[in-house]
Amino acid sequence: MFVVAMIAILVTLVLALLRAVLGPTTYDRILAVNMAGTKTVLLIAVLGFLTGRPDFLDLALIYILLNFIGTIAVLKFIQYGDFAVGGRKNEKIGA
Amino acid sequence: MGVLTDLAEIISWACIILGSFFCVVGGIGLLRLPDLFSRMHGAGITDTLGAGLIITGLIFHSGLSLVSAKLFLIVFFLFLTSPTSTHAVAKAARIAGLEPLLDKKDGKS
Repeated sequence: MFVVAMIAILVTLVLALLRAVLGPTTYDRILAVNMAGTKTVLLIAVLGFLTGRPDFLDLALIYILLNFIGTIAVLKFIQYGDFAVGGRKNEKIGA
Repeated sequence: MGVLTDLAEIISWACIILGSFFCVVGGIGLLRLPDLFSRMHGAGITDTLGAGLIITGLIFHSGLSLVSAKLFLIVFFLFLTSPTSTHAVAKAARIAGLEPLLDKKDGKS
């Protein structure tokens, strides 16, 4: 059962990485990498149960929070070209 | 007690198999759908149904312990952060000028 889940997650990871390589726009790549991060969390969790030592769940917990922060940081960097801008109240963003 | 354990095992099996199925379906959708905003739909399937069902199956497998508490925390943070980051991607793409692919007049979608 865990082997089936592991194979499915690995196949999905390969598909997401394929989209990250092929993706026409930057946002496609960011979306695919975000999904690959989620799949990595699942992979860590299932791997812990597969080997009979579910101690890797702490790593999965950290990884999911880091994945979120990383996605937001990359999006901000793509949009502004800088990590230190923004945050002002009356700033008009975009069109 | 034996019947209850067997029942939990069967529910865990079903959840994990179903979650694996939805994971692969969402991955194929991410690869094959035509534009960014419809690819988000595929990514959303793997993030909610796939991951949620797999982790629910793992919770049923592990029973009531510290491990299931950690799994519950994982699914909680997953459901909190994944829609937020997808929304941020969509908003950033809209600001950058990407338009959703709609029905054109010439019949090609």
